[in-house]
Formats: sequence, C-alpha cells, structure tokens
Amino acid sequence: MSTTMSPPDPSLVEGLDEPLQALDPDGVRHEHELLDPHLTDVDETVLTDLFIDMSIVRRIDEEAVALQRQGELGLWPPLLGQEAAQIGMVRVLDDQDFLFTSYREHALAWCRGVRAEEMLSVWRGTTYSGWDPFERHMATPQIIIGAQTLHAAGYAMATRFAGGGEIAVACFGDGAMSQGDTNEAMVFAAAFGAPVLFFCQNNQYAISEPVSVQTPVPIALRPTGFGIPALRVDGNDVLAVRAATKIAAAHLRAGKGPMFIEAVTYRMGPHTTSDDPKRYRDEAEVEHWAGRCPLVRLGKHLEGIGAPMDSIRAEAKIRADEVARSLRAAITTMAPPPPQALFDHVYTTEDAGLQAQRRQWEQFEASLEPEAS
Amino acid sequence: MSTMTMTAALNAALRDELSADESVVLIGEDIGTLGGVFRVTDALQADFGPQRVIDAPLAEAGIIGTAVGMAYRGLRPVCEIQFDGFVYPGFDQLVAQVAKLHYRTRGRVRMPLTVRIPYGGGIGAVEHHSESPEAYFAHTAGLRVVTAASPQEAYQTLRAAIASDDPVIFFEPKGKYWTKGEVDRAATADLTTAATVLKGTDATLVAYGPMVATALDAAIAASDEGISLEVIDLRSISPIDRHTVASSVRRTGRLIVTHEAAGTASVASEVITGVIEDCFEHLEAAPERVTGYDTPYPPAALEEVFLPDLDRILDAVDRTLGRRNSRSHAPTEVEVSA
Ligand SMILES: Cc1ncc(C[n+]2csc(CCOP(=O)(O)OP(=O)(O)O)c2C)c(N)n1
Ligand SMILES: [Mg+2]
Repeated sequence: MSTTMSPPDPSLVEGLDEPLQALDPDGVRHEHELLDPHLTDVDETVLTDLFIDMSIVRRIDEEAVALQRQGELGLWPPLLGQEAAQIGMVRVLDDQDFLFTSYREHALAWCRGVRAEEMLSVWRGTTYSGWDPFERHMATPQIIIGAQTLHAAGYAMATRFAGGGEIAVACFGDGAMSQGDTNEAMVFAAAFGAPVLFFCQNNQYAISEPVSVQTPVPIALRPTGFGIPALRVDGNDVLAVRAATKIAAAHLRAGKGPMFIEAVTYRMGPHTTSDDPKRYRDEAEVEHWAGRCPLVRLGKHLEGIGAPMDSIRAEAKIRADEVARSLRAAITTMAPPPPQALFDHVYTTEDAGLQAQRRQWEQFEASLEPEAS
Repeated sequence: MSTMTMTAALNAALRDELSADESVVLIGEDIGTLGGVFRVTDALQADFGPQRVIDAPLAEAGIIGTAVGMAYRGLRPVCEIQFDGFVYPGFDQLVAQVAKLHYRTRGRVRMPLTVRIPYGGGIGAVEHHSESPEAYFAHTAGLRVVTAASPQEAYQTLRAAIASDDPVIFFEPKGKYWTKGEVDRAATADLTTAATVLKGTDATLVAYGPMVATALDAAIAASDEGISLEVIDLRSISPIDRHTVASSVRRTGRLIVTHEAAGTASVASEVITGVIEDCFEHLEAAPERVTGYDTPYPPAALEEVFLPDLDRILDAVDRTLGRRNSRSHAPTEVEVSA
C-alpha cells in the first residue's frame, strides 16, 4: 500500500553547491543557463532603477537608525545588506500580488508606496499597523516568527479556489525555518497546490544564533522534502534574485503549486537597534560580507557597462535625500493617538463591557483635573 | 548578602542550580553566546558548556516539547521564552503535555520543568513584548505559576522553581529587571506562600510581580491621607495563598487587587472569589479590581492608559472606603476609623 505519490526529488533544487549568481561581487556579469532567459529585459534603465531603489531603501534604513538613536523611534530592525534580496524580488511582482512579511522588509513596503509616516509609526509605538493591508497588498509586518507564512499559504489557497491569478508571497528569515508554522505552511501549500512564493532571506543569523543552529543542510534543500521546488540564489546579486523570482512567479501563475527561494545574504547591521552583534560575531566575518555589498556590486556593474555613474549616483542621492527628509518631517508631525483609542476596534461591534470601561476611564481622567473650587 | 539587579539575581540562581545539580539544563533562544536578550544567562554557557546551556533552534514548541523528553530522561530543564508574547507556539506542549503528564501517568512521570518568561509592560516595546499571560497558565491544573517582585524574591523563587518536581511557570517582571536590591543567597522560599510586605488596617491591597512596587507607593501616598493599607505580595499566582489574603481581609474588611493583565477571568477575579468564599461576612465594601482594561495590550503610546497606576489604585481605595472617587457623583466624605 503506497500513500505517497513520488519519492523526494533532489532535482527540485538549484544552487545547492553555489548559490545562483548572475553578477559576481566585482559586478561582472557571467553567463548563466538558468537565469539568463529571465534577464533578457535587463538594460541600463532597469539597472539604473534598481540602483536607485536600493540606494533609497538603504537611506531609509540609515535615517531610521539615526531617528532611533535620537529617541524618535523605540526600535528599528535594519535591513542593511539585504537591499538586493528585497528589491530584486518585489520589483518583478504584480501590484496585486499579496505580501506577508516579517519586520525587516522595509524595501517591500517602500516599493508598495507605503508613506514615510506609515512606515515609521509602528516603530514609534503610535500604532500596531502603519498602513492599510488591502490598499498596499501587503500585510503589516509580522513579529511572531513564522506566523505570516501560514497566512500567505491560506491566501494562496483561497486564490486558487477562486481561480484568481495573483500570487501570495511569504517573507521570512533563516530563523523562521525552525518554527512549526513555517513547516506547516509548506505542508498546506504543497497539499493544495497553492500559488505561494516562500521567500527566505538567509541573512546568516537569528539574533545571535548562526544559521547552523537552525539547520545542518542548506535551507533550500528543506522545501524539497515537502515537494516544493527551490532555488538558492546569491541574495546580494539583485539580478539573480530578479531572475529567480521571475522563474518562481511564472511557475506559480501556471498553476504548478508553491515555490521556494532562499536568498543567501548577510545582515550587516545589528538584529535591531537594541542589539550588540559584537557579542556573537567577529569583525572578519563582517568585513568579508562588506566586500559583497549588493549596492557596490550593482554600481560596479553599471560602471562596467559604461553607464553614466556620476549622474546616476547624483540622481540616487537627490531622491534618497528627499525620502530621508520626508521621514524626518513625518516624525515631527506624527501625532500620538488619542488615549481613548485604547478602546477602539477590539470587536467589530460595540461591546457593552468595554463601553463601560471606557466611561470609567473618562470619569477617572476627569477626576484628575485640578478641582475648580 | 550583596546588592544586585534582578537580572544578576536570576543569573546567580541559575548558576547556583547548575552547580548544585548536574541534571539542570538551560534551553532557549540566544541564551548561549549572547547570554539572552536580557543577559540573564550571561556567561553561563562559557562556564557550563553548550550541552547544559543550550542555544535552541527558533521554535518554542520545540523548546518545551524537547524539554519534556529531557525530563523523561531524568534532566531538569529550565526553558527560557524570550518574551511573554512568544510563549504561544509552546502553549500546546505546556497545557496538553507538561501540565498533564504526572496526572496522566498516575504519578509515574514527573515534569520538573521550569519555564522562565519575562513579562509585563511599561517599557515602550513593540507588539508581543509587554503582555501578562499568567491567567492562561493559572487556569491550567498541573502547572504552578509564580512571579517575583524583587531581586531577593527572584533569586529564591527561581531556585525553588527549579528544585520543584512539578512544572513551574516563572514570570519575571522585565520592567523591574534593572532594579537593585539586597540578595541573600542562603535564603530559601517555598512556591506557595504570599508575603505581607506592609502591615495596615484599613484595606488589603493585593499585588504581585511588577505591581508590588506601585502598590507600596500607593500605600505611602494613602498614609499621607491617614489611610493605612496592608500590602500583600502574592508571589504565587497558582496556587493562590488564600489563607494570607483572607486573614488580612478579616482584619481590614476591604480588598483591592491589582495587576497589569486585563481584569476579565483574571487572577484578580480568582483572589476576589476566594475572599468571598472564605470571609464574605468580613467584607465591608465590594472588592475592587485595578487591572489592565479588557483590550489587547496597546501600542507603546497608549500603554500608560492601559496600565494600572498609583492614581487608579488610590481611586479604588477611595471607593472601598466610601470616600469621594472618580465614580461618585456627589462627594461623600466618610471617616476612616483607625
Ligand atoms: C515566536 C517568536 N519567538 C521569538 C521571537 C524573538 N525573535 C525576534 S526576531 C528573532 C530572530 C529571527 O531570525 P530570522 O528568522 O532569521 O529573521 P531575521 O531577524 O534575521 O530577519 C527572534 C528569535 C519572536 N519574534 N517570535
Ligand atoms: Mg536571519
């Protein structure tokens, strides 16, 4: 009696030995059989746009870190080093594709048109949800590790049932690979042939724990055990990520079920602004990865193909400065929520018990006013 | 005796237990090289090795579930959950397995686990980092649930929790991690008795964990107005030391219970019910709950609205004493008898 349909298939994964790469760390483009057919649209304009995108999100990140240091934000999880992974992926999706991300995907939010104050408000502590998920086709960032992967799977299942053409994307880290939720999401997506892209940014760390704590095998090998094909790409190579995402999106849209991308990258900054990475990793490692900076790599490539880098850099700087200014301005105009907002939206309809508590709170506040005698 | 922060006291308790009992192992996320996000396990992995201080893969069900297996094999695991809001993936293992194994096996299998959970708010954190989920666990038969209000309590209660053959959920008031106090490492404690931290005559104020300091502040403020509050630090949330609470209420006739967690189906509900059952005839006023409201823990900008504070406690004290308070429309001044 056989209950499974096919044995595990090692050919389900590409890039196990070496992550798939189109641009080497010096920005030199190499031919790649698998990736090249999906990069035929890449010209100087596309590359320039990617460079400007990556420059802007890096600047958003720097500005947010500075704002946190100045006490304007409670916390910030930097994306430094992961610009290519995020931009390379999100820029080839359709606007209707729904994103379920963790807390570090600021680049995705920016590409979805999330405004400065929307992006910062959660980290300033004025709200739990900075934007309307339906307007941006992006759920607000998830803090519970792995939880959003199931949401993406369910969204994609519902899409499949409805015969819709959009895909769902689950973004998560190497640490999330250990959570039951993430593994269950792969089970469900595979079982129902759901059009979900599992996009794992392996930035080598879950806070202080190196990826080896989570898995002895490459992350990209794991989904294949669920029957989900996987691509392991150089996450600091924006073109490799772009091509891989195109391959995956085409697979999903053709109704072939879920796919998995492991973007091998590095978290150049601390886990969050509260973290001190010097306690658990050495400078040499950070130096090594600094030499693989995704932005430098793309800049070198643009130079190599004779693009006018001076003007591209100048343009990137103007745009990034503008965004940074808007972030700073957003902070100074961001009003704290009215205290009564505590009681809002617990249920979809008014709740008598909560209304009573709210009235009591109002009476209590009024009683604190200095008495007019 | 030495002066230390609560994190240092917890670290000392873990160190002393690791030294005293070879079966004690620590497991949790980032507890090794990093020493935990709050540094409670600082340097322990270096001193006791990676098999006794274990950096776990990022999975709370895994941490609790493998601790169950380790306990079967004779170990005494101390699990760290990084923040209150991250315990829920491990909730199934805690309530369906850890809590029930001794009962299920008719006493054959013991689960001497300790689960350390930093809890409570007021630290301006992002979502899931400020919750007080103790009532979920207190509702579960088979689990002991304790907390601490000072470095001394933290030290002795954690040691008692680890030594206990029952599973213990140990809630650490993270907002008090950096407060300092004298710690006597020779002192011992049980896991069931409350402490009367201030004697008083007019009303009994019950608190635990992070709210004990606020309760004491409230007692000082009340004494300026001639009101004498008795403050009880519950220490054990399950079981509740009903004897200590009822004995106090028999003398004061009035009861106020405060905690950060929301009031509905809460520890306060249970303390008050206990008093009604044990000494209803001694109550001279309706008991008061001063707790978080029945909302999710809010974003940082709203946490001061949510959290009970000194003024809200004093307002409730006024109510139990029939003095003018926020809910009295006409001021009625009632004399407090000494
Ligand atoms: C369920 C749960 N457990 C623990 C945490 C605490 N925590 C926050 S981020 C993090 C590490 C996540 O690592 P990874 O998945 O690799 O994502 P990265 O931060 O590297 O982007 C941990 C343990 C959490 N947020 N949720
Ligand atoms: Mg990571």
